[in-house]
Amino acid sequence: MTAIAHRYEFVYLFDVTNGNPNGDPDAGNLPRLDPETNRGLVTDVALKRKIRNFVTLDKEGGPGYAIYMQEKAVLNNQHKRAYDALEIKPEDKKLPKDEARAREVTAWMCANFFDVRTFGAVMTTGVNAGQVRGPVQLGFATSIEPVLPLEISITRMAVTTEKEAEAQSGDNRTMGRKHILPYGLYRAHGFVSAKLAERTGFSGDDLQLLWRALINMFEHDRSAARGEMAARKLIVFEHQSAMGDAPAHVLFDTVRVARATDEDRPARSFADYRISVDAEALPRGVGVREYL
Amino acid sequence: MKVERVSYDVITPSAARGILEAIHWKPAIRWHIDRIHVLKPIRFESIRRNEVGGKLSPASVAKAMKAGSTAGLATFVDEDRQQRAATVLRGVRYLIEAHFELTDRAGPDNSVGKHLDIFNRRARKGQCFHAPCLGVREFPASFELLEEGVPLPEPAPGVEANKDLGWMLHDIDFSDGMTPRFFRARMQGGVIEVPPWQAGEVKA
Repeated sequence: MTAIAHRYEFVYLFDVTNGNPNGDPDAGNLPRLDPETNRGLVTDVALKRKIRNFVTLDKEGGPGYAIYMQEKAVLNNQHKRAYDALEIKPEDKKLPKDEARAREVTAWMCANFFDVRTFGAVMTTGVNAGQVRGPVQLGFATSIEPVLPLEISITRMAVTTEKEAEAQSGDNRTMGRKHILPYGLYRAHGFVSAKLAERTGFSGDDLQLLWRALINMFEHDRSAARGEMAARKLIVFEHQSAMGDAPAHVLFDTVRVARATDEDRPARSFADYRISVDAEALPRGVGVREYL
Repeated sequence: MKVERVSYDVITPSAARGILEAIHWKPAIRWHIDRIHVLKPIRFESIRRNEVGGKLSPASVAKAMKAGSTAGLATFVDEDRQQRAATVLRGVRYLIEAHFELTDRAGPDNSVGKHLDIFNRRARKGQCFHAPCLGVREFPASFELLEEGVPLPEPAPGVEANKDLGWMLHDIDFSDGMTPRFFRARMQGGVIEVPPWQAGEVKA
């Protein structure tokens, strides 16, 4: 497993129809909003959670693809995982023992856990070697246009407790609420550092798995709250060198998302947007590829 | 204010150093931040997220390594959940003035000029070791090199020119058991003069 040798940046577009992509615990689970612009937000950690869940389903905890940060919901792999024992030799014998030990621990975690290798993890050790900085970094996803959350009231033809039933004298009904966005197209930016990948052993296969996860993760994340979510575009910039050949923001600026239909009317589907990549404006040494 | 994170009003010298180190750093050099120009008004917003409370203990990893199996080594997010709010800055823009000096780990083939050239070349091309961030990694930082002779960018309207920002983290002293050291940050004309690391006004 050789680490990747190029720096990457990616633009990831996904949309939601009649659903809540990411609830805000501060606002009673309303979809997250940027209060100043009314644009929707999806946090980086929400996307990472879905990537982890996809990898769990895809690899079923195969050797090297265990997931450290787990949700119970995806713990259907109770079988003992096949596992290849690693013989790790500390690279430098001259280091003090505890640091070498910490490195060994870190290396073992990276080799066995996809999410540690990809996103990093914090391990408490006396020396400061127990922190893994992962090569993959995601920013917050922001909706292209302001979104308007709707509050939908729903009824349930049942109650939870006897007491409630008595209070309603047998008319067993309760009301609930759902928050949805009629439509929202979100854009997230991501970064993959080849130099940090060297340290964690994040390989080309891992990168392909990451792209696959981004493309397919909503297909395995259906729920009553989410509505219809779909990955719409994954545009990847590959630099020739490990350090990169252009500023990330310059690359991101080449991807434009514009309205294809009348801007005064609210967008309700992906067809209302037009995505263009200005390949002319790409700096030398940077390739662009649309994976989706 | 660590449990519910609250950002400082401006970038700390420590964070600014981290951004420079993301672009270029070697053990032979040590960056020193001289000045921080604040180019956008200071504005906050609050974000609450689900986070994990615990950290991974090396002992449990050691046990799994011995057993040769990853079974049972996991954190269940829903059992170890904390909802933490972060009060973060938004719409920031800074100009960082810095220099570096050679450390005692510099060999004979290390010169200030060499490292400065590397840094300038990388910053000019947008190259970096890893994407620099604004405090935490979910907020990536865009950077540009301000070339010599180019006038300084004008601060955006609405920037408070003079403000006492109180005691602020200067940097962590790694040679002295990770003790944080603080300085009295004052913004004058939109610029914060950062005292040198050895100065008497920087207190642990």
